[in-house]
Amino acid sequence: MAGNGGDAHQDKARRFRDAALPHLDDVYTLARYLLRDTADAEDAVQECYLRALRYFDTFRGTEIKPWLFAILRNICRGEFVRRSRVTLAMDDTTDDAEDAAPLWQEEQASPETEILRQRDAETIRRLVSELPDPFREAIVLREINDLSYSEIADVVGVPIGTVMSRLARARSMLRKAWVAEEGLPT
Amino acid sequence: MTCAETEIMLHALLDGELDAGHARDAEAHLEGCPRCGAQFRAYREMQQAMLAAQLRYTAPMSLRRRIDMTLPSAPQRTSSRRSVLKGFVMGTALSTALAASLVIAVIRTDQDQRVLGDVTSAHVRSLQGDHLTDVQTSDQHTVKPWFNGKVDVAPPVVDLTAQGFTLLGGRLDYIDGRAVASIVYRRRTHVINLFVAQGAASEDHGPRLETMQGFNIERWSAQGLEFFAISDINAEELREFVEKFEAAFQPANRT
Repeated sequence: MAGNGGDAHQDKARRFRDAALPHLDDVYTLARYLLRDTADAEDAVQECYLRALRYFDTFRGTEIKPWLFAILRNICRGEFVRRSRVTLAMDDTTDDAEDAAPLWQEEQASPETEILRQRDAETIRRLVSELPDPFREAIVLREINDLSYSEIADVVGVPIGTVMSRLARARSMLRKAWVAEEGLPT
Repeated sequence: MTCAETEIMLHALLDGELDAGHARDAEAHLEGCPRCGAQFRAYREMQQAMLAAQLRYTAPMSLRRRIDMTLPSAPQRTSSRRSVLKGFVMGTALSTALAASLVIAVIRTDQDQRVLGDVTSAHVRSLQGDHLTDVQTSDQHTVKPWFNGKVDVAPPVVDLTAQGFTLLGGRLDYIDGRAVASIVYRRRTHVINLFVAQGAASEDHGPRLETMQGFNIERWSAQGLEFFAISDINAEELREFVEKFEAAFQPANRT
């Protein structure tokens, strides 16, 4: 009888491993981009998996990846923010500022339509890392972690409209930085 | 649709998030408006460049081990008994000869574990650094001859791009002390390594799913060859890969 509890526990651990471990690289990738520090990212990912196992019983969805991301994001916002020099201004008021300055007005004389030169992964990673927090988060979840808009909205806890405007903003900023990186005349 | 609306909508179009009606509206505007059209192409170009570059990070082995050790693990006995049961459930429609070979496979579990360990290590290695492919091309007719004289098999190389698995190229690797061919595919941002070695078993056996260090591995044999497909994509998609590969590899046997 005593063994049964153990078996159930073992069974849960096994199901958790099978479901969650295949996403380790994804979770680590998000942590690297959110925290911009290798050691902090590793600590956050480990904490994420421990918490996820603890709350695995409450996981009811079909897609575990966004669920893991939401846990990771909470960890990144919490203790890791306080500990490191990283500030994740997720409850940003910047959105209002973005809305106040419509994107399409600034595009007139911008180099957005220049041909992009191929960059190596290291350069692109750095350019993405230099984006301000809410925009970096949005574009990493979309382009690198392959989440849909509604999944991003769930993970970040904002309406889909906000996801869309942040993505538009993120791409605009990234594209400008990318072109500037090439030293092309604007 | 106005320029201001399109400014936001073109991203949703780029991401495949628009329903048919809105997509038509957005496309109509992009066609008629040179400025928005140019912008759309510019962002699409950037999106493709980001997809082509490997922007994901691979969790270091030390972290993988750290997490592996902190999670309670199921005892080995339980998991191997499970895989046997799974094998027999899958094999109800299969011949007794095949069932017998499953038993042999179970007895040889230690060696299997070692081989799967090798497969996993080779997969992880291939994702680290810049050595995913030795021959990089999406042309199956370039990849196949490249293996000539390098491995003791002629691995089947099939292009599954149309089925959603992009052929990236080929690589020489080592599994269980032998040189084997690895054919590299990509599903979205995920890499699939398909290892092909000379088969030890005389009987073909269908795909069996294994999990090691969080990676899904499908292992099967056909026409004297042993196949291992490994990736971090979910089990359903990996099975889909195996089915698509098999269908292209031996269409005659599948009908």
